[in-house]
Amino acid sequence: MRQLFITRIATLHSPLGWLLFALLVAAVLVLMPVLNRVVPPDSFFHVPNWALTLMGRFLCLALVALALDLIWGYTGILSLGHGAFFALGGYVMGMHLTRNNFADGGVPNFIQFLGQSDWPWFWVPFQWFWFTALMILLVPGVLAFVFGFFAFRSRVRGVYFAIITQALTFAMMLLFFRTETGVGGDTGLTNFRTLLGFSVRDADTRLALYLISGLALILSYLLCRFIVTSKLGRVLTAIRDSESRVRFTGYNPLRYKLFVWTLSAMLCGLAGALYVPQTGVINPGEMAPAQSIEMAVWVALGGRGTLVGALAGAGIVNGMKSWVTAVYPDLWLYFLGALFVFVTLFLPRGVVGLFDRFFKRGGQA
Amino acid sequence: MSRVIEMLQEFRRRDRVFPFIQEAAPAPLLDARHGPILYIEDVTKSFDGFKALDALTLYVDDGELRCIIGPNGAGKTTLMDVITGKTQPDAGLAWFGSRMNLLRMSEHAIAQAGIGRKFQKPTVYENLTVQENLELAMHTDRGLLRSLFWHMGGEQRDQLDEVMELIGLEQRRHKEAGSLSHGEKQWLEIGSLLMQNPRLLLVDEPVAGMTGHETEQTAELLVSLAGKHSVVVVEHDMDFVRSIARKVTVLHQGSVLAEGSMDQVQNDPRVREVYLGEED
Ligand SMILES: Nc1ncnc2c1ncn2[C@@H]1O[C@H](COP(=O)(O)OP(=O)(O)OP(=O)(O)O)[C@@H](O)[C@H]1O
Ligand SMILES: [Mg+2]
Repeated sequence: MRQLFITRIATLHSPLGWLLFALLVAAVLVLMPVLNRVVPPDSFFHVPNWALTLMGRFLCLALVALALDLIWGYTGILSLGHGAFFALGGYVMGMHLTRNNFADGGVPNFIQFLGQSDWPWFWVPFQWFWFTALMILLVPGVLAFVFGFFAFRSRVRGVYFAIITQALTFAMMLLFFRTETGVGGDTGLTNFRTLLGFSVRDADTRLALYLISGLALILSYLLCRFIVTSKLGRVLTAIRDSESRVRFTGYNPLRYKLFVWTLSAMLCGLAGALYVPQTGVINPGEMAPAQSIEMAVWVALGGRGTLVGALAGAGIVNGMKSWVTAVYPDLWLYFLGALFVFVTLFLPRGVVGLFDRFFKRGGQA
Repeated sequence: MSRVIEMLQEFRRRDRVFPFIQEAAPAPLLDARHGPILYIEDVTKSFDGFKALDALTLYVDDGELRCIIGPNGAGKTTLMDVITGKTQPDAGLAWFGSRMNLLRMSEHAIAQAGIGRKFQKPTVYENLTVQENLELAMHTDRGLLRSLFWHMGGEQRDQLDEVMELIGLEQRRHKEAGSLSHGEKQWLEIGSLLMQNPRLLLVDEPVAGMTGHETEQTAELLVSLAGKHSVVVVEHDMDFVRSIARKVTVLHQGSVLAEGSMDQVQNDPRVREVYLGEED
C-alpha cells in the first residue's frame, strides 16, 4: 500500500517535470532567502526586505490562481467570487491579529463606536491561534459548501453560476462595509503588531511568513496535481466536457463539484490568511467584484487547466500591476481590461498554450 | 482432427465471438425473477401540450434483444430519457426489475443500478483521451475517495485492451476523443458501454454514420450481448433491424402501434401506412 502510494506520487510529473519543480522549489525556498540574507546589501543581486515581502504576497496570490484553476480550468465552473473566500481567510487572520493587539485589555475603536466596551461574542474565540487556524479553512469552506450545495443541486451552470458568485462577493462586501457588522467597517482591520509573539514588522518574521507562503503554495500545488492526475481529476474534466454523460455513467456530479468547489475555497482562505500579515491590512475592498474578476484574468492569461499556467498568470499580471500602479496609478483598470480582451482574442489557451505551440512547432522543424 | 472440429465449433458459437463479454456486472437490488427486466406502463409525457409519449406500455424480458422502430418524433428518444431518469413523465410507471422504481431514482443511481445508455448524438469526453474515456466508464466504485485513489488492476487492464481492440481504436489510444471521426466516436461510445457492463443497454441509433462493414460488426456485437444482458435498440436502418431483430416494437405518436417479429410487423397494415409506407 505504502509502496503504491510512493509510485503514485512519483508519477505526478515526468522526470523533466520533477527537475523543473525541484529547481523552482529551490529558487523560492533557498535562493531568495540567501539573496536576501547572505548577499551583502550593496550587491546587485541583493533582494531587499520589501521585495521579499512582495514576493511572499505574490505566492499567496498564486495560491488563489491555483485554487481557481482547479474549479474553472479543470471542472469548467467559472467563479467570479473567489475574492470573497480569500477575504474571509484574511479576515479570520486579521481578527486574530487584532485580538493580539489588545491582549492586555481594551477594545478597538470600531467596537467602542458600537457602544460596547467588551468584545462581541464572535470575537472571543479568535484570541486562540489554534481556533483561528481552524477557522481559516472552515469559514470559507462552510460558506462555499452551503452555497455550492444549493447552486449545484439546482443545476445552476455556466454564466448564471458566474453571476451569482459575483452577487455573493458583492453581498459580502456590503455586509463587511457596515460598521454594525463589527469587523471594522470600511477601514477594515489594520495596524497589526504580533503573531504568536513575534512582531509582524520584524524582518525575521517577514522571512518566515514568506517561507510559509512558499511552502503552502508548494504543498497545495502537489495536492492539486495529485487530484488532477487521479481518476477524480478525469471525472472533473468529464464534467466540464459533458456533465449529463457523467451522470448517465453513474457518477454523481454534485459530489464531485462540491468537493473541488469547497477545496478551492479553502485554499483561497489559506492564501488570504497568509496574505494579510504580509500586507498589514484587510478591508472589504478585497471583496469588490473587480478583485474576483482580476483573479479570473490571472488564470485565463496563464492558461486554464494546467495549474502551472495559473501560477505563471498570477505572477505575470501581478508583476505588471505592481509596475503599472507605481508609474500610472490611474490606468491599471484600463490596462487590465485591455489585457483581458487581448488574452480572449489572441491567447485562448494562455501563455502556456503559446509555449506549447512554440515547442511543438520547434519539435517538428 | 478432433481438435480442429472443436475449434471450429467454438468459433461458430455466436455468443462467444467476443470473449470478454461476460455476465453483466452484478446488480444487487435487481430482481428480474418475475420475468421482465423493464416495465413501462401507461407512461405519458407532454411537452407544451404535445404528447411525446402517450400511455405507452412496454415490457422487456431479461436477456432479450428488442428493437424499437418508428418515424421521426415518435418518442423513441423520449422513452429512453424516461428510463434513464433524464425526463420525469407526467403519468405512468417505470420499474427496473420488480424492485426498483426508476421514477424515484436519480440519473446516476439508475446508471449504477445497471442501466447503460448510448446517445443518439455521439457524446464522448472530447478533452480526454480514448483510453481515459474507457477508464471512466469502467465498472468500478463511483465514490469520490475511491476515484481519488483508484488505480487500474491487471484484470481491468486486460478488459480495457480487449475492448480497445474490438472498437479498433488502439492506434488512437492516447489521442483526444475530440479528434475522432463521427464513426470512431460511435465506436468509442459503444466501447464505453461495454466497459460499464450494464444489465440493460439502451442503444439509440448505433449505426448512424457507420460503413457497411462496421454496421455488420455492430449487429454481431449486439446479438452476442443479448442473453447475458438485455438490449433495447432504437434504429432507423431497416436492414440493420432485420439482421438483428427477434422482437420489434413500432412506436407511433408516443404509443405502441404494433409488436411482434419483423415479418409480422412489416405485414401489419397500420405499420405499412404510417411508417414503412413512407419509405417505399
Ligand atoms: N425537451 C423537449 N422539449 C420539447 N419537445 C420535445 C423535447 N424532447 C422531445 N420533444 C418532442 O417530442 C417528440 C418526440 O421526440 P423524440 O426525440 O423522442 O423522437 P424520436 O422518436 O427519438 O425521433 P428521431 O427518430 O428523430 O430521433 C418530438 O416531436 C420532439 O420535438
Ligand atoms: Mg431520437
